[in-house]
Amino acid sequence: MQTTWRALISFAVLLTGWQVLVWVTGVEPYILPGPWLVLQSLAGHLDLIAKHAAVTLLEIILGLIFGSAMGVLSAISLSWFPGVRRWLLPLLVVTQAIPVFALAPVLVLWLGYGLASKVMMASLIIFFPVTAAFLDGLRRTEPGWLDLARTMTAGGHGSGRWAILRHIRIPAALPALASGLRVAASVAPIGAVVGEWVGSSAGLGYLMLHANGRMQIDLLFAALFVLAAMAVAIYFTLDWLLRRLLPWQSDTLANE
Amino acid sequence: MPVHKTPEIADIAITASRERLAPPIGIELRGGSLAYGGKPVFEGLDLDITAGRTTCLLGPSGVGKSSLLRLIAGISPEASAQRLAASDGEPIAGRLAFMDQRDLLLPWLGVLDNITLGARLRGETIDRQRAESLLHKVGLGAEADTLPAALSGGMRQRAALARTLMEDRALVLMDEPFSALDALTRLRLQDLAAQLLVGRTTLLVTHDPVEALRLGHRILVLRGDPARMGVPFEPAGPPPRPADDPALHGLAAQILLDLAG
Repeated sequence: MQTTWRALISFAVLLTGWQVLVWVTGVEPYILPGPWLVLQSLAGHLDLIAKHAAVTLLEIILGLIFGSAMGVLSAISLSWFPGVRRWLLPLLVVTQAIPVFALAPVLVLWLGYGLASKVMMASLIIFFPVTAAFLDGLRRTEPGWLDLARTMTAGGHGSGRWAILRHIRIPAALPALASGLRVAASVAPIGAVVGEWVGSSAGLGYLMLHANGRMQIDLLFAALFVLAAMAVAIYFTLDWLLRRLLPWQSDTLANE
Repeated sequence: MPVHKTPEIADIAITASRERLAPPIGIELRGGSLAYGGKPVFEGLDLDITAGRTTCLLGPSGVGKSSLLRLIAGISPEASAQRLAASDGEPIAGRLAFMDQRDLLLPWLGVLDNITLGARLRGETIDRQRAESLLHKVGLGAEADTLPAALSGGMRQRAALARTLMEDRALVLMDEPFSALDALTRLRLQDLAAQLLVGRTTLLVTHDPVEALRLGHRILVLRGDPARMGVPFEPAGPPPRPADDPALHGLAAQILLDLAG
């Protein structure tokens, strides 16, 4: 409850500062509209903004699902096959040097102006942090657990490697995966919006670009505000969900 | 001062005999060697473990006793042996249960799921009834669903002991199983372990002479650089020997001085 109040107070202070800045400098509303004007614009264009926000939200969520699934699968196969790890891991790191933004036009060209190119964009941006975090978790399994498991599975059918992966390595790596998913949740909106900027006919990114072209800066800010609120909501929902799903993961900062 | 036996431990003396046992095996190790950075820790070491009895391997830290135990457990990549065989000629792998100084409980599983880990890893059906009865024997009957983080150090190590016994193996290997516990908890767990391990082949590695003298049918001392195995000796009377026996403490002090010198 206290955290909610603190967040609300910080937010109110920020808005007040913004309004004061606009009053003091007397800046034109088409350069920087005040928060009151933005709020009016938000209220006035609620239907329009909601329609575009729904599109962007869908892109972000689909991107999160596909990107995370791809990241999880690739981390597991990288940990399972040493050959894949040797050949693909350096390649994967190199691909991160290519800015995803540079790929956006190509993705639009290949996948069209619709949902697919934006989902792909968000998935690509998410894929690497999820893979890297989960793989790191799979690598760092407590050696004592593995020794114990080896004495338990030795002499049986098969090597027990799969059972150890399933019952020990993967559960032990879930907190690391959760960290990757938190990063994913915070960057997924970037992927979706960049995709919309490059070529689209719907979504908050499209609306912002469109409003900017018509000097409706108040509308641009209203759309930006909704986008930020959505991104924050997605992050905290996921964070809450992950904390509930991994109750055994201790939070050593909680009591400080 | 007599050792006060908690009720749960008194119960075990009765129930321990009812536990069905995997037939115990003896172990013969010849020419064990271990080197770190080109420098031998031990070389040409021989070790015999008698079937159905507790052998305590005593020695200062760094002497390679844990590595020797891990060599038998098949989880030591650095140590090797010319010959390592079970008394019945069958392979040792898959017939041993391992207990470490750390409890090694998985933090995401409750106590009951932790002690049945072996069956889950091997894809066997889980004998819930036996697991529950074992938990009762170690005094954790009410903690079946508790996560390890909510248990005390002594309770966690009791859960580890239950997991070791749940495996029902012909050979039990214990690597300093009680050394991380406080003195009183250690005393209680030694009694508990001794009663539950009756009839099993056990190798217990320790640096505590009192622990070795209380629990071992047979005691081996590993010392020196490179380490050599001393002449085995068998204290009188069955384990667990009472902790308040002055003769035991006299002997422990003698061993300690011997190790120091």
